[in-house]
Amino acid sequence: MTAQAKKESLIKINNLSLEYGESINSTLALKKIDLEINKGEFICVLGPSGCGKSSLLKCIAGYIKPTSGRVLMQGEEVDGPDWHRGVVFQSPTLYPWMTVNENVEFGPKMRDLPKAEIKDIREYFLNEVNLSGAGENYTFELSGGMKQRVAIARVLANYPQVVLMDEPFGALDALTRENMQNLIRNIWEENNTTIFFITHDVDEALLLANRVVVMSKQPGEIIEIFNVNFTNQIFEKGSKEVIYNEDYFEVKNEIMDIIHNQID
Amino acid sequence: MALNNKNAEKQDNNSSAQAANQNISRKTAENKKTKTEKALTILTWGSIFLIWYVITRLGIFTPTLLPGPARVWKAFLRILENGYNGVPIWVHLGASFKRLFVAIFFAISTAVPLGLLSGYFDKIEAVLDSVVEFYRPLPPLAYYTLLILWFGIDDTSKQILLFLAAFAPIYIACVSAVRKLNQDFVLSAKSLGANQKDVFLKIVLPASLPEIFTGIRTAFGVAYTTLVSSEMVAATSGIGWMVLDASNFLKSDVIFVGIIIMGITGVIIDAGLRFLERKIIFWKGHI
Repeated sequence: MTAQAKKESLIKINNLSLEYGESINSTLALKKIDLEINKGEFICVLGPSGCGKSSLLKCIAGYIKPTSGRVLMQGEEVDGPDWHRGVVFQSPTLYPWMTVNENVEFGPKMRDLPKAEIKDIREYFLNEVNLSGAGENYTFELSGGMKQRVAIARVLANYPQVVLMDEPFGALDALTRENMQNLIRNIWEENNTTIFFITHDVDEALLLANRVVVMSKQPGEIIEIFNVNFTNQIFEKGSKEVIYNEDYFEVKNEIMDIIHNQID
Repeated sequence: MALNNKNAEKQDNNSSAQAANQNISRKTAENKKTKTEKALTILTWGSIFLIWYVITRLGIFTPTLLPGPARVWKAFLRILENGYNGVPIWVHLGASFKRLFVAIFFAISTAVPLGLLSGYFDKIEAVLDSVVEFYRPLPPLAYYTLLILWFGIDDTSKQILLFLAAFAPIYIACVSAVRKLNQDFVLSAKSLGANQKDVFLKIVLPASLPEIFTGIRTAFGVAYTTLVSSEMVAATSGIGWMVLDASNFLKSDVIFVGIIIMGITGVIIDAGLRFLERKIIFWKGHI
């Protein structure tokens, strides 16, 4: 990918630590995180539950302030949420009082874009998530997978610099999840989006990411970062046969070992 | 913005086929009462009237204290035709409802914004909450005497009384609605570029509507009770006054008519509110 060749840095996390609670009862959630997110990357963060993956995402999104260290986006410190960093939550937080169309248009409307442009953007991204026919429906009329697709379209409609996803497919059944993984991979390849994706599913991480960040249990630290390219192979071949390759097993076993050591 | 970086035609075919396969169902209105339940309700009311009729027929109480259904019906027709004390029944009902609706209108238009702001900003809550908590448990009639002294015996004091009675339930419902708000709604809106004002008007307000409506229904109930009692304390018109005046002259059939009218109008108001709720908050339960 051309974007990876350039390696233009987008977000820099410097020596970030996060503590919850008051001095005596405080727990250290994240410890000395250093990470760089480059433009066009698909980063998956893997780790045992409770390792602070979500806290890291919230720090990047601007929902919580790190206790020490900094999150820099294109050289500027992150100070509160804004539309350059779109967030997809585990449960789609669609607004039930709005139709699918209105949900997708919410971001561009908030930014006062011209009406015609809002309509174009909405149509493009609903198409992109294969929901062009569902625009007039209310969100509670949709299935879980469709809801999450609307949530993704709503975030993409703002053309954010980075899309932060917090176990977005965790609540979906296995078949829907596989479809969603293909969908998000296609969107990433076609739109050159930057994605920061949290999961606890090793296969999901390997099938989607071009960098897999493995974190330790609490306090969350980055143990190792793997550069992989199974996602590109899947995209080019259009099939998932790479998962039967030797090197896929090798990387998977290595990651599994790290995680199991953490749990024991 | 590059919208054209892909083969649009291919995508179009793809998606329309997909959309056709997705079964989107619009749910029909739920919790419709079954036939048996309806029959049971009708049966209950049938037996109440029957017992009433039998007791009056047996002559256990004098008709002056417990008038029979026929007598009450006649009184109703008489009042409908000639009014009470020469004043048509519509005037009495109108006087009562004017007090009620003026008070509710002002209660809604102040309690909703203040309640939502209190839930949203701790400093505003620090100012308002203790005052509301102090007067809320007081029976409205306890401070009604003061209001009469200050604002006179006519409509103003009654409207202020009803306003105070209706304000608290709506205010409290709004505060609790904001407290219970799914924080991810607010966060996602901010991440989509919404500013403080947009978050408040487009997210916090609609998300709180179900609880606000429950608060308004409670407020109507409280205000209606207070209305009747305040008219019994001091008034020269209104449905509550009619009942009190009738009791002074032992016209128990008129008392019955008054009470039945109050009950039915109360049910109608609540039904109207529930109808509005279903129309406005069609998404209730899906939050």
